Amino acid sequence: MGVEGIGARVARKEDRRFITGAGRYVDDMVVPGMKHAAFVRSPYAHADIKKIDVKAAEAMPGVIGVLTGKQLKGDGIGNLICGWMIHSKDGSPMKMGAWSPLAVDRVRYVGDAVAIVVAETKGQARDAAEAVEVVYKEKKAVTDAVQALKKGAPQLHPEAENNLIFDWEIGDAKATDEAIAKAAHVTKVHIVNNRLIPNAMEPRAALGHYNKAEDHYTCWTTSQNPHVARLVMSAFYNVAPENKLRVIAPDVGGGFGSKIYIYPEEIVCLWASKRTGVPVKWVADRTESFLTDAHGRDHVSEVQLALDKNNKVIGLKVDTIANLGAYMSLFSSSVPTYLYATLLSGQYDIPAIHANVRTVYTNTAPVDAYRGAGRPEACYLIERTMETAARELGMSPAEFRRINFITQFPHQTPVIMNYDTGDFGASLNAAMKEADYAGFPKRREAAKKRGKLRGIGFSCYIEACGIAPSKAVGSLGAGVGLWESAEVRVNAVGTIEVLTGSHSHGQGHETTFAQLVNQRLGVPIDSVSIVHGDTDKVQMGMGTYGSRSGAVGMSAISKALDKVEAKAKKIAAHLMEADEADIVIENGELKVAGTDKSLPWFQVALASYTAHNLPDGMEPGLKETAFYDPSNFTFPAGCYICEVEIDPDTGVTEIVQFVAADDFGNIINPMIVEGQVHGGVAQGIGQALLEGCRYDADSGQLVTASYMDYTMPRADDLPSFKVSTSNTPCPGNPLGMKGCGEAGAIGSPPAVMNAITDAIGDNDLTMPATPLKVWASLKAMTRH
Amino acid sequence: MYSVTYHRASSVADAVKLVKKGEDAKFLSGGMTLLPAMKTRLAAPSDLVDLCHIADMKGIKVSGKNVTIGAGTTHGEVASNEKLKAVCAAFSDLAAHIGDPAVRHKGTIGGSIANNDPAADYPAALIALDATVVTNKREIAAAKFFTGLFETALKDDEIVTAVKFTAPAKAGYEKFRNPASRYAMTGVFVAKGKDDVRVAVTGAGEDGVFRSKEIEAALSKKFDASALEGVTVPAKNLMADIHASSDYRAALVVVMAKRAVAKANG
Ligand SMILES: Cc1cc2nc3c(=O)[nH]c(=O)nc-3n(C[C@H](O)[C@H](O)[C@H](O)COP(=O)(O)OP(=O)(O)OC[C@H]3O[C@@H](n4cnc5c(N)ncnc54)[C@H](O)[C@@H]3O)c2cc1C
Repeated sequence: MGVEGIGARVARKEDRRFITGAGRYVDDMVVPGMKHAAFVRSPYAHADIKKIDVKAAEAMPGVIGVLTGKQLKGDGIGNLICGWMIHSKDGSPMKMGAWSPLAVDRVRYVGDAVAIVVAETKGQARDAAEAVEVVYKEKKAVTDAVQALKKGAPQLHPEAENNLIFDWEIGDAKATDEAIAKAAHVTKVHIVNNRLIPNAMEPRAALGHYNKAEDHYTCWTTSQNPHVARLVMSAFYNVAPENKLRVIAPDVGGGFGSKIYIYPEEIVCLWASKRTGVPVKWVADRTESFLTDAHGRDHVSEVQLALDKNNKVIGLKVDTIANLGAYMSLFSSSVPTYLYATLLSGQYDIPAIHANVRTVYTNTAPVDAYRGAGRPEACYLIERTMETAARELGMSPAEFRRINFITQFPHQTPVIMNYDTGDFGASLNAAMKEADYAGFPKRREAAKKRGKLRGIGFSCYIEACGIAPSKAVGSLGAGVGLWESAEVRVNAVGTIEVLTGSHSHGQGHETTFAQLVNQRLGVPIDSVSIVHGDTDKVQMGMGTYGSRSGAVGMSAISKALDKVEAKAKKIAAHLMEADEADIVIENGELKVAGTDKSLPWFQVALASYTAHNLPDGMEPGLKETAFYDPSNFTFPAGCYICEVEIDPDTGVTEIVQFVAADDFGNIINPMIVEGQVHGGVAQGIGQALLEGCRYDADSGQLVTASYMDYTMPRADDLPSFKVSTSNTPCPGNPLGMKGCGEAGAIGSPPAVMNAITDAIGDNDLTMPATPLKVWASLKAMTRH
Repeated sequence: MYSVTYHRASSVADAVKLVKKGEDAKFLSGGMTLLPAMKTRLAAPSDLVDLCHIADMKGIKVSGKNVTIGAGTTHGEVASNEKLKAVCAAFSDLAAHIGDPAVRHKGTIGGSIANNDPAADYPAALIALDATVVTNKREIAAAKFFTGLFETALKDDEIVTAVKFTAPAKAGYEKFRNPASRYAMTGVFVAKGKDDVRVAVTGAGEDGVFRSKEIEAALSKKFDASALEGVTVPAKNLMADIHASSDYRAALVVVMAKRAVAKANG
């Protein structure tokens, strides 16, 4: 390991700009002649639009244009789509209801966009938006997915009878039922995975600029995947052909999944720019973010876990209802299916699994991938269930897990996934040691003396990252391939630009990707620039989500570096009159192995561009491109142990210890990895203790539409985390990496809930375990 | 935010003059309540009359047990005033736990009580301390000042200029924070005066701050947390929302009261 190479704890290069307020976000972008937009949004969860009158608004000061869905449709702008086809078990395709970027005759959730106002200032645009008269006829709304499936529930889309989008299954129903029938014990659990609102620090924003002279569009937007945005906007929304549409995602202040999707606003801003003749900027305020960013999770499941007389798991049956909100967002269908049910085997050797998933329309914001995307739901389900089973059997939760662990790799689960490697026992041991599990009974006694209830909970998570082998996801319904691209451009003086299809919105790519180059070529990381986020600069790429930028994005860079290295070695061999096979790259030099002959890196780079003395037939220059398509998913895994103390008087839970022992494969920068775990665990603790999106069941209004009611985790809600890794390198990619971006958010909620339910003795407690709920649960138990 | 005309008042009289000129003018102190409401377009005053630069409304005077706090004094100043701490540490402690440092640096005691948010902290202290609210027109007993949710006895052109109280022998404040907003979801201020015990509850009542008879009765017998064992307060007339049921608030009132008394007793 060099001081800046793979494994080095290098401080993030990008942080100086971020923490000094010098980052450049969409709202910092200014184009000559730029004007401001505000959206008219539905105040109702469900209503017919009877009439839209824009006259009064058009007459307001500063107003340039007021545009509605009718005009948008008239101009041929298409509906938003879901890009992953799922078929129901009867073979029928999912029922996708129409989602017009501006609603035409019906609104389906509070915040649904109805019209756009473009004006000289943001204030004028907002004033005029209030003056747009929309006559609504309110309809009954339904916000809960279980209710929406019931007879007589309000219907959202004519395409989807009973609000059912699809009724899908995976696994072997017969084998699973047989396992349950012959089981010595069956553990039954009702699992609710609460709905979350993403809350990226930077709200969504879009700046659409139509250049009439060139008949060309530019869209600055808060995107995790600008190329995908361009592809979708041109192929499905008819905004413009790809060659006439440039998408730029500059610095983006957090995404967590919510900025993967193409939303109505960026399409409408581009279209409105052409219509009004001015560049149009829109920046969401926090209320709009709460209302319209794609939400996460929202599952309700019934679970049965079958055990034989030796306490070995022999079957798992799951019936899940997933709320997808009012419209199908871009990848919404994949989240409760292939990103969820394929991980239900957890870390355990389960011979038979069957999961049935029904997805449902409701009058709520669309639901899509949110940090972890399906895997937190799977992990929460299996880890709450395993803990419950251990309690019912009177077994130590650690021992019960241990006897059911998968120990041989590769391991084929009954739900598609083939785990390549792992050592689940190692993580469990590491976590138990770090948590001083053996000392817990004493700590519990001591807490009791202080009037506190102390509990401990495990979570042995596994997830799938490095999405994904394109052929595999194509066969499962994905509308895109999930490879990644890279271009390594060596400049004549040896400095380097890496153009990557990945997108950094907080992950630290400018540092880690440069570390990889440093490792390979010895060039200092300050001489390596990472270029991303602009479709005019960077070749087609798939973007950042699903912890794929290391395992997939960096693998593409690694492949491109292979080519650069090979060419550089050829040139060096030629210049030093040596055999190409004898050239090694070390500390920024190309050396002839076993001799004292060497050339500094920059001289080889320079030679490639002067082209005065290159091997016969070699093209000048040193620039290589690679596309990397992974051969398998990667499987980060680990063990989290949470210890809590509860104040029975108030119901307040304090997390007194949190241990994370992860297996992420090879690690590029331990400090960044720890940061990812800290952030992920904070988010998971947020889900378990604090965050819960609530809609009013009757009116469909979002009750938690601001920080006055939606509880985000704060520093003082969290303990100092004890994080460590024990790694098994991933055999599937050149760098042996698995991914670490979501693990914390996936693994932590069940650990927290297992600890709280251990402390209070009520296993039915649901997330978020607020003081109110914990207090009420304790009170109900003392009454009985 | 809707457009608004800003005026800076140089004196209390000037402020009254300015506020009468506007069609729907409002006083502005720290702006920690008013400005967020304006930004989200929930408040739309035509004019703002800024009181922050009126020297007469600032500062803390302590003479013996008598305390006078100018309405324009920030929470941060109340929290850190040594003379006030010496006679009524509970009052400073309350101020030290309002919002976050930025809020405490801008927000004022006058703005807080004029706003009378049912989850604000100061109203509990003023009621328990039997304080007097001084305005440009009159003096109002705290018990008469807070009249309901976000309602006070103030007239439109009436300005709170100061708050006065006599420091009690013992006082303590404890609150349970709303998990999301961190305002008081239930806050209890206990004060043991020369001849009585007063206990005021904020954050819990449907009509805003109130005195708890049950707790006052128990503590009058013995000013100690143990006196509250087994004491309950009725849940009727307590607020219920997604963060707390009225039952839960009723339980918290007793728990917070116990902790406040323990603090008061040091
Ligand atoms: C993030 C955050 C957290 C907070 N947490 C808490 C908390 O934990 N506890 C708590 O108690 N408060 C909390 N607050 C509110 C804070 O204490 C405010 O400062 C206070 O409520 C209002 O005071 P202000 O000086 O900012 O008044 P402003 O916002 O300027 O005014 C509030 C209202 O009072 C009127 N007004 C102002 N001054 C006078 C006057 N002298 N005479 C007559 N009318 C006047 C105004 O016209 C307006 O209607 C919080 C605020 C924020 C933003």
